[in-house]
Amino acid sequence: MATTVEPTHSVRLTEPRPRVRSMRRRRLVGDIIAIIGASIIGVIFAMPFLWMVSSSLKDISEIYGFPPKFIPEAFKWSNYVDAWRALPFKTFFLNSIFVSVLTTLGAVLTCSLAGYSFARLRYPGRDKIFLAYLATMMIPFPVLMVPLFVIMKNLGLIDTLWSLILPAIFTPAGTFLMRQFILTLPRELEEAARVDGCGFFGVYWRIVLPLMKPVIATLAIFTFLGSWNEFLWPLISISSIDHKTLPLGLTMFQSRIAGRTPWNQVMASATFTIVPVLVLFVLGQKYYVKGIVTTGLKG
Amino acid sequence: MTLTRETKGQTGHRLRRRRMARSHDSATPVGPSPRRRMTRAGRKEAVAGYAFLLPNFLGFLAFSLIPIGFCIWLTFTKWNLVLPPQANGLQNYRDMVSDRLFWKTLWNSVYYTVGAVPAGIFIAFWLALLLNRGMRGVRIFRTVYFLPYVTLTVAIAIVWSWIYNPDLGLLNFLLGKIGINGPAWLQDPNWAMPAIIIMSNWKGIGYPMLIFLAALQGVPEEYYESARLDGASWLQQIRHVTVPGVAPATFYVVVISFIGAMQGFDQFYVMTQGGPAYATTTIVMYIYQQGFQWFNMGYAATLAVALFFLIAVVTALIWRSQARSAALTAN
Repeated sequence: MATTVEPTHSVRLTEPRPRVRSMRRRRLVGDIIAIIGASIIGVIFAMPFLWMVSSSLKDISEIYGFPPKFIPEAFKWSNYVDAWRALPFKTFFLNSIFVSVLTTLGAVLTCSLAGYSFARLRYPGRDKIFLAYLATMMIPFPVLMVPLFVIMKNLGLIDTLWSLILPAIFTPAGTFLMRQFILTLPRELEEAARVDGCGFFGVYWRIVLPLMKPVIATLAIFTFLGSWNEFLWPLISISSIDHKTLPLGLTMFQSRIAGRTPWNQVMASATFTIVPVLVLFVLGQKYYVKGIVTTGLKG
Repeated sequence: MTLTRETKGQTGHRLRRRRMARSHDSATPVGPSPRRRMTRAGRKEAVAGYAFLLPNFLGFLAFSLIPIGFCIWLTFTKWNLVLPPQANGLQNYRDMVSDRLFWKTLWNSVYYTVGAVPAGIFIAFWLALLLNRGMRGVRIFRTVYFLPYVTLTVAIAIVWSWIYNPDLGLLNFLLGKIGINGPAWLQDPNWAMPAIIIMSNWKGIGYPMLIFLAALQGVPEEYYESARLDGASWLQQIRHVTVPGVAPATFYVVVISFIGAMQGFDQFYVMTQGGPAYATTTIVMYIYQQGFQWFNMGYAATLAVALFFLIAVVTALIWRSQARSAALTAN
């Protein structure tokens, strides 16, 4: 037996070095090709953003000149001031911030409470209610929008910011996310706290909530961005200019100015709308990506 | 005590259903009644449970559950928001079947879905494979590919309207450099939809890419090794190891993208307003027009319910085909 193994063994002893080196070299070449390919794709992906910023800094004569250039002849920063003044963007920003912040706070609070209730407390009908939550998660928004309009109208909330905040707070998806996370937490701490005489709210507030920080970050960033980007429902509910959010305000640029569109100002307004979102995303990327990868949340 | 509680918590639902099924057969209930009197601690817990759920549940009731029922009721009425709603029987459904705009806009949504979803998933898969090599700068590339997904669709759509501008736009300028006379894109009935499909794929690709990236990490390295030992080429490895390995992710991404695409609205509203000549009016846009521009609330509700059933049926079909192929590969 030993004699049959010996030859192959000796062959292997001499072979590995060149093979490892060639494999390493092949891996390096592959990496370089991958980086070049990824960079080209990256440029394609970044191009619309770069073109947006470039156009936003051009003079109107350059916008309508030919051929278009990537670097503006002179950087016209005043386009940003003009765009900001052309429409009440301050109001749009404040409205968007108000709606997104309150929606996020409301969602985190009510969804974490409901998630704790579903995950840990026992009471009759709990599973049936939870099933109803799951079932409505699959209902597309168009089914809700006509009735929501009527309900909001009857509540006297149509064309107010509350009509944008309220329906977005109580999402079944958020409650589901919270419940699933709490189920993965160890029970021992909560039981120990109960034994020590802590009430249910105390357990939630002092034990569960601190442990939920990562999932709350995930829910918060998803709710915030979702609310910030929402367009269809505000389009239905909001009619007065004082209550418009940013996406609605942006579209006014298109419809209001007839004839020669000041594309440089339009691009400036798109830029200062997009930048806060990008900053927020880059800051909270960890939680955002985790939310998508582990639970398939959709922004 | 704790033991019975544990089992109740975990399998209570199934147990109760079995119990209910049994009590259906024979009038006398067997075993302990599920509604036996609670202990004092149990009652306290139930009160806390309801109280914690209440804020969310009220909102869920008012803004999810009641609207769904309301929407179904509306489909049997004729209502313009001014006069009180009138009973209308099945007339809305009959109107829908003979409504040429309904079929046209439904077709537009299907066209958009078929154009955007498979191509997007295909590209996302290859992008994920590329990034999965784990070379330098992967994080930066991932962020750049993903950025369009988080930005406002409205802003993105405005930027792309400018890029698609027939005379001054970047795209036709670049096409002209390689000798192609670009079409009028959004103003051309034949090109408006492809233009929106291209833009939507650029915007949405980051989401399936992330899902695929996570799925790729889950394919065991040993599978690749044994495939390599069998002499499988790079493409064969992808075909026989990677693709089956990420099949659950693919299934998930197909379902989610399909549901999302069938509800396309924002970019259509901003870029073309549904034109030219209804070439890009999606079904959701048509629901919006019927409900909030022409105030046919009953009819709009009917269209929405039809859309829901279409989405539900196709999702179920995808589900079944996936279950069948999973059973085939398992054998």
